Amino acid sequence: MSESGLAEVILAVENISLSFGVMKVLDNISFDIRRGEIRSIIGPNGAGKSSMLNVINGFYHPQQGSITFKGATRRQMAPQVAASQGIARTFQNIALFKGMSTLDNIMTGRNLKMKTNLFWQALHIGPARAEELENREAAEKIIDFLDIQAIRKKPVGKLPYGLQKRVELGRALAAEPELLLLDEPMAGMNSEEKEDMCRFVLDVNSEFGTTIALIEHDMGVVMDLSDRVLVLDYGKQLADDVPDKVRANQKVIDAYLGVPHE
Amino acid sequence: MIYRETGQFKANYQDDQALFPIAQDRYVIFGILIVTFAVVPAMLNEYWLNAILLPFLIYSLAALGLNILTGYCGQLSLGTGAFMAVGAFSVYKMMVAIPELGFIPLVLLSGLVTAAVGTLFGLPSLRIKGFYLAVATLAAQFFLIWMFNKVGWFFNYSASGMINAPPMTIFGVIVTGPHANPIAKYYLVAAIVAVFALAAKNIARGRIGRNWMAIRDMDIAAELIGVRPLIAKLSAFAVSSFYVGMAGALYFAVWLGSAEPTEAFDINQSFLVLFMIIIGGLGSVLGSFLGAAFLVIMPILLKNIMVDGLGTDTSLAKHFEFIIVGVMIIGFLIVEPHGLARLWRIAKEKLRLWPFPY
Repeated sequence: MSESGLAEVILAVENISLSFGVMKVLDNISFDIRRGEIRSIIGPNGAGKSSMLNVINGFYHPQQGSITFKGATRRQMAPQVAASQGIARTFQNIALFKGMSTLDNIMTGRNLKMKTNLFWQALHIGPARAEELENREAAEKIIDFLDIQAIRKKPVGKLPYGLQKRVELGRALAAEPELLLLDEPMAGMNSEEKEDMCRFVLDVNSEFGTTIALIEHDMGVVMDLSDRVLVLDYGKQLADDVPDKVRANQKVIDAYLGVPHE
Repeated sequence: MIYRETGQFKANYQDDQALFPIAQDRYVIFGILIVTFAVVPAMLNEYWLNAILLPFLIYSLAALGLNILTGYCGQLSLGTGAFMAVGAFSVYKMMVAIPELGFIPLVLLSGLVTAAVGTLFGLPSLRIKGFYLAVATLAAQFFLIWMFNKVGWFFNYSASGMINAPPMTIFGVIVTGPHANPIAKYYLVAAIVAVFALAAKNIARGRIGRNWMAIRDMDIAAELIGVRPLIAKLSAFAVSSFYVGMAGALYFAVWLGSAEPTEAFDINQSFLVLFMIIIGGLGSVLGSFLGAAFLVIMPILLKNIMVDGLGTDTSLAKHFEFIIVGVMIIGFLIVEPHGLARLWRIAKEKLRLWPFPY
């Protein structure tokens, strides 16, 4: 998608630094994400990729820098603000609600769309019922989209890993996010499952127009899917460019393959 | 073979989201309601109503309350006894001060008072989890009972420190105090429990219940998709305490008639209700009833068999009770943390497929 260069910037992080005690996890990182693009963040283990996502959706609070989302600049995000502003995410280690069914997990993803109070919910009539049905309809669309109709009522804790990853994507999509953060959605999958997941990521991007920030270790996937790639190493920004240029960047190759010590 | 859903097609989401989507379940629930409200009062004598069914229903309500907090929202509480005492003492104070409101509104009000107290003692849950929270609620248990013993205002400065339920009527029938009509008491409690069990089931399947379960299963993920831990946890404490408070009010005013805080609401009550939901099933409305039924009926059954049937010592029967409850708690915690309710569910799943499991 070459036209993404023209789209507006939906998220811009500027000079973000995050440290835990003496550990500097992110060091002066700046980048932006344009509306509608698939933006990858790559780097070796411990590079600060997941921390970067945690900063974006407000779970970590950086010591320095600012985050501009949809035109509003903030020192740091709060989780609820991020969620209500339209940022959703999946997790590296699956963080589903294990005791609940697939449907309930996806419905929980829509909790910010639901407003009725305890009184109506206890009676389950009138507005509460209408709201529940309306959101069920929307949840079913996502279930259809991800092709998980058969496991709708199954508790997710007992599902196989690949399906759990898919349900987690469903839960994030349920919030109808503008920016979707995917933390290693294909980790631990076989090539078939990876293909399915790639297809879902591309479909989400093209059908719903969702902007996607993707962390992934499979370079083939990253280079094929992404519009632009940000490379981190030990909390530092190594490169930020289109896939072909990143692939040719000597610093990136060194970080991944190591440099011989003379 | 009877438990089949073949041919029950659901054409819209409304049917699929019904409280009991399978027709047979609906028949069973209607059957239970008919038995509860029409058959039982006509068939059973006063002993059954007073000694077995009343405590069963009241403890079911308390277990339902604790299950909302512990089973659905994952916050462990050992303060159930104290919260029951809050319900009992607030209904007592109001029965004396404003009896003209009527008994049922007073029970609801005492539930609200308990909800406020429970929310206050639920505040630590925002910072601490698991066993540490349990210890914080233990503080509520000891502090509140101490307060009800020490501060004369709560028991209207009676010399014994006891509170006695003044007689109150509903439609002209006495339902509280020593001269209450057992059938009226039964109807009153059964109606309240039925209504609030339905409410609990509705809350659990809606947004609020899902948010509670989300906090229970993975609090960080829940927070990142927009569930506010503050609101979810405190609302669970409030709703839970509301149920427990009403149970305490009924326990004192309808069942016991008089109560003394140290004896009626001590830590053993908290444990008893906790055991009910562990044996019955965490996170299940049905489980609250099964657990309460088991722990109310089992001691009576044991006593009847061992003392009256075999002629053994009463204390031996009591010790057997401890052994059975202890073994069951350990067994359920290891093998089936979701208790009797899960066993029932597994049986139903099997029945749906029987005799061809594939």
